[in-house]
Amino acid sequence: MSDHNTNAEKYWQANLRLILGSLVIWALASYGCAILLRPMLSGIHIGGTDLGFWFAQQGSILVFLFLTFFYAWRMNKLDEEFGLEE
Amino acid sequence: MDQFTINLLFVGGSFALYFGIAIWARAGSTKEFYVAGGGVHPVLNGMATAADWMSAASFISMAGLIAAGGYANSTFLMGWTGGYVLLAMLLAPYLRKFGKFTVPDFIGDRFYSTTARLVAVACLIIASVTYVIGQMTGAGVAFSRFLEVDNNTGLIIAAVVVFFYAVLGGMKGITYTQVAQYVVLIIAYTIPAVFISLQLTDTFIPAIGLFSTHTESGLPLLQKLDEVVRELGFRDYTADVENKLNMVLFTLSLMIGTAGLPHVIIRFFTVPKVADARWSAGWALVFIALLYLTAPAVASMARLNLLTTIYPSGPTEQPIEYAERPDWVQTWETTGLIKFEDKNGDGRVQFYNDVPAFQDEAAARGWEGNELVVNRDILVLANPEIANLPGWVIGLIAAGGLAAALSTAAGLLLAISSAISHDLIKGSINPNISDKDELKVARISMFVAIVVATYLGMNPPGFAAQVVALAFGIAAASIFPALMMGIFSKRVNSTGAIAGMLAGLISTLVYIFVFLGWFFIPGTANLANTPDNWLFGISPLSFGAVGAMINFAVAFTVSSMTPPPPKEIQDLVESVRYPQGAGGAVDH
Repeated sequence: MSDHNTNAEKYWQANLRLILGSLVIWALASYGCAILLRPMLSGIHIGGTDLGFWFAQQGSILVFLFLTFFYAWRMNKLDEEFGLEE
Repeated sequence: MDQFTINLLFVGGSFALYFGIAIWARAGSTKEFYVAGGGVHPVLNGMATAADWMSAASFISMAGLIAAGGYANSTFLMGWTGGYVLLAMLLAPYLRKFGKFTVPDFIGDRFYSTTARLVAVACLIIASVTYVIGQMTGAGVAFSRFLEVDNNTGLIIAAVVVFFYAVLGGMKGITYTQVAQYVVLIIAYTIPAVFISLQLTDTFIPAIGLFSTHTESGLPLLQKLDEVVRELGFRDYTADVENKLNMVLFTLSLMIGTAGLPHVIIRFFTVPKVADARWSAGWALVFIALLYLTAPAVASMARLNLLTTIYPSGPTEQPIEYAERPDWVQTWETTGLIKFEDKNGDGRVQFYNDVPAFQDEAAARGWEGNELVVNRDILVLANPEIANLPGWVIGLIAAGGLAAALSTAAGLLLAISSAISHDLIKGSINPNISDKDELKVARISMFVAIVVATYLGMNPPGFAAQVVALAFGIAAASIFPALMMGIFSKRVNSTGAIAGMLAGLISTLVYIFVFLGWFFIPGTANLANTPDNWLFGISPLSFGAVGAMINFAVAFTVSSMTPPPPKEIQDLVESVRYPQGAGGAVDH
């Protein structure tokens, strides 16, 4: 039983680390590049405007897409690694 | 064939399809009624979630909002997609593992309290009812514009259609109908956008066209647009925003509000496994992104098209004469959504930003005020006409707008009826009710919800815009934090959760009411709704994020001062964290 607990405990810690890392990227793309850091990125031009505008209207959505699929793929693999899949 | 017949064919054809699906997918048990039997494929579920989520607001209003606000209104794009990242990682898989039917089910069980369950039911009903009114009104408008009937007749047609397939099919019928509705709405949104992108930038994909070269001027599209709006006294389309704190909090409120809306969350109860719930969130975002990546392109291109129509030789030259305005302007003038008034009597259409900073320049050009008012909601609907596209594209837009409004209305009605029949009647009043009777109660409560929504759609309380802010504020400040703490903390107990939900809910309501009027009754606001009066420059629409933080803080503080939850509750939290042994949605 204690074996199961440590295994489950490790699985949950790995999940939390993955969520934390993903949410850092989530926040950097939207609140960072698209809003707060936009003035700093204004030197980088893209299609008639700056990188911050691109992140606000397109880039952040692409990052969100990548994150949800990456999380699903990684977690479904962790389920198997820890023997906790359905 | 005239336009009316074409519209009738497209709308009638799409409705025949929804009816056919509803009859095929008739629900026989409570499990099929609430969660479609728990056997929907993740890709199909993603598609249904996308249709459920994308309402009349996304389909009709969002591009108009972005066209008017430019960069500043990117908040809607990020807020309404970023919430799915939170759903995918923080809620969906664990709630699927929990394996019951409704959101209050989880809150009631996890916080071992009927009070917590009833608070959740109240939050759910307020958020969903306010939201559904907007959908019914939107559907009524679309019917009256395209089928040339009056607004109330349009509403009744919409109500009958929703009644038929939602009451009959429950979640099973709704899910498969929503898949069809998604296909209709995405085709309707994309086709005109592709044509306009080709016309302006020679680029087939609108999202790429947005950052390409404007063929006629040889300048990048956004640079061209900035120059044109600047000449007419408007803010640059890509101009930065000064109040960054408010922009951040507004986006955050939309994100956690999206993740906390019950009609979206219950969609993840319909897939077979925890792993499928994760994939399903990703697929939902793919199908939503198809529209959300096109919307900003539609926004900037339609704004440029509109200004070029009015100033054919450029913004520094004379605008068009009123007598020579294009046909689509005349069509929309009859609906009152475009208004013209010749203030300086020169027979031309002066359209510019009537602000003090631009007054000298306007006077020098002999202008005596802005003469054209364009309702921003017509942008998507008028798009095919602006681009001179054939009649069938207009029929398609009509069917698409109705699909968007009806699919969201059906999802919301299901969330409301399950809260009443399952959480209120079975969960609190009569726990011994049989499966068959519960199904009957669910259908009756859905019927009542449709009647109430239709009545409120006919007699709107006159605060449609504020109401949406209220729905998001409540979902963000009460439902989302309670669900998240229920999964990620074993220490938060029932006293803490109830105190947190009430603190988040009440603080958000009070902040909204102080600026927008108590219960939205005109004249009862304590402070004028201007940035100077806002606390730290936070608008009432952005307060949901602050309410959520208050909820978290109160819940943790109160929990730390009271005893931890009992062992079996801690075991329940443990069990939702691991996918093993999930099984199907449990009949209980």
